[in-house]
Amino acid sequence: MTPEEQQAFEEKIYAYVGRQVCPPTPARDDVNATMIRHWTEVMGDTNPAYTDAQWAASSRRGKTIAPPAMLYVWNQEGFAVTTGRSSDPQTDMVELFNEHGFTGVLGTNVKQEYFREVSPGDTVVIEMVIDQISERKATARGAGYFFETLATFTNQDGEKIGTQRFRVLKFIPQEQPAAAASEDKLEVPTRIASPRGHDNKWWWDACDEGKVLIQRCTNCQTLRHPPRPMCGECQSMEWDSIESGLDGEILSFTELHHPKIPGYPYPLVCAVIRLGEGTNLVANVVGCEPADIQIGMRVQGRVEQVDEKTMLPQFYPA
Amino acid sequence: MSEYNTLSRTEVSVGDKLPPVAIDITTGLVVCGALATRDFEPVHHDKSAAQATGLPDVFMNILTSQGLMTRYATDWSGPEAIVRSLDIRLGAPNIPGMVMTITGEVKAKDEQTGIVDIEVLGENNIWGMHMQGTVQLELPTEA
Ligand SMILES: [Zn+2]
Repeated sequence: MTPEEQQAFEEKIYAYVGRQVCPPTPARDDVNATMIRHWTEVMGDTNPAYTDAQWAASSRRGKTIAPPAMLYVWNQEGFAVTTGRSSDPQTDMVELFNEHGFTGVLGTNVKQEYFREVSPGDTVVIEMVIDQISERKATARGAGYFFETLATFTNQDGEKIGTQRFRVLKFIPQEQPAAAASEDKLEVPTRIASPRGHDNKWWWDACDEGKVLIQRCTNCQTLRHPPRPMCGECQSMEWDSIESGLDGEILSFTELHHPKIPGYPYPLVCAVIRLGEGTNLVANVVGCEPADIQIGMRVQGRVEQVDEKTMLPQFYPA
Repeated sequence: MSEYNTLSRTEVSVGDKLPPVAIDITTGLVVCGALATRDFEPVHHDKSAAQATGLPDVFMNILTSQGLMTRYATDWSGPEAIVRSLDIRLGAPNIPGMVMTITGEVKAKDEQTGIVDIEVLGENNIWGMHMQGTVQLELPTEA
């Protein structure tokens, strides 16, 4: 898009600010116990204020109410949207974005305020306007514009019951979504695989078989970890290994909070553990609350399958 | 008055943590949540429509996330609390097979009105933050 084209496009887009998406329109159905029950069942919401008429009669409210988060539900268009939304200023504006390459759509924020509770028998009336459109922004998803609709809800007596601000990003997608859709099932991330090279592959291969090995110099018998080709004591490059009993003591530890890396369980504690054989190993401490872990604590390790692809020593309080 | 207890404003302090809740994201929850909120957009019930947007499966609609967030707050407060507002920033989609863990903490309290701000975070175990925001509840004075 040239600067001139962008200016012409923005003039057309910004003309939508302030446009009414719909005039005050009553929901086709009044607030009713049936829709409330469907909603509470699926949400797992057992709040008696919504469904227990007997309790509600003796409560401060004196009657049941609709869940406040249903505010926008009453006026939803319904099954017709499966074959496309009917034309209104918002769908027209979205179409204009699409025609100019801003085909990506992402709801980013929704804010609802509730001024009055509603009960079965009340009518929810919605009025919606396009309230704001941002300047062009560079986002992680691609270049785009945020637009915000403002819906105002009133009841049958004209009293304001709530508002909703919904913010949507329309953006130019960086890749074609069709290409990314080939995976049919959700790929569960695993831990980051350790690089296996000439000098340490044997150690990880043993770990895969449930053993933690410690390298031993066959010249002077000194143990060493992590694996490396030469003995630091006598410079011999001859070595074999022994299997660790995985009893140990915590020398130091840290709890990782942020960022949460996909594939890792949280809380996540990494510790430096002094093994009974005398070498140190970095590994997770599990099986207790992070707050209960202390330096000097005795731990016992087990090699476990921690995800679909990974075997790792995990240490438990001894 | 009833077996349902509601926290009064004197019982709640800034810094109080709500107990975490883990919610299994199933196809049933995604599809039925969309229907219970009258959201018939195909991406919430038709896997092929969801895949055309680049996701592996149907994904939870916003109105269900809103419902789960308010439920989390009022499960803690009890039924006499009045929900005043709900302000959500949306993150990664919730897709069947995931588990979303919701945590919350009281961040502010107005002694006059009894309105508390509860910061709520819903994170799924695969992609991280799904929803993050604030639920405002008005708590009753002691009965
Ligand atoms: Zn040596």
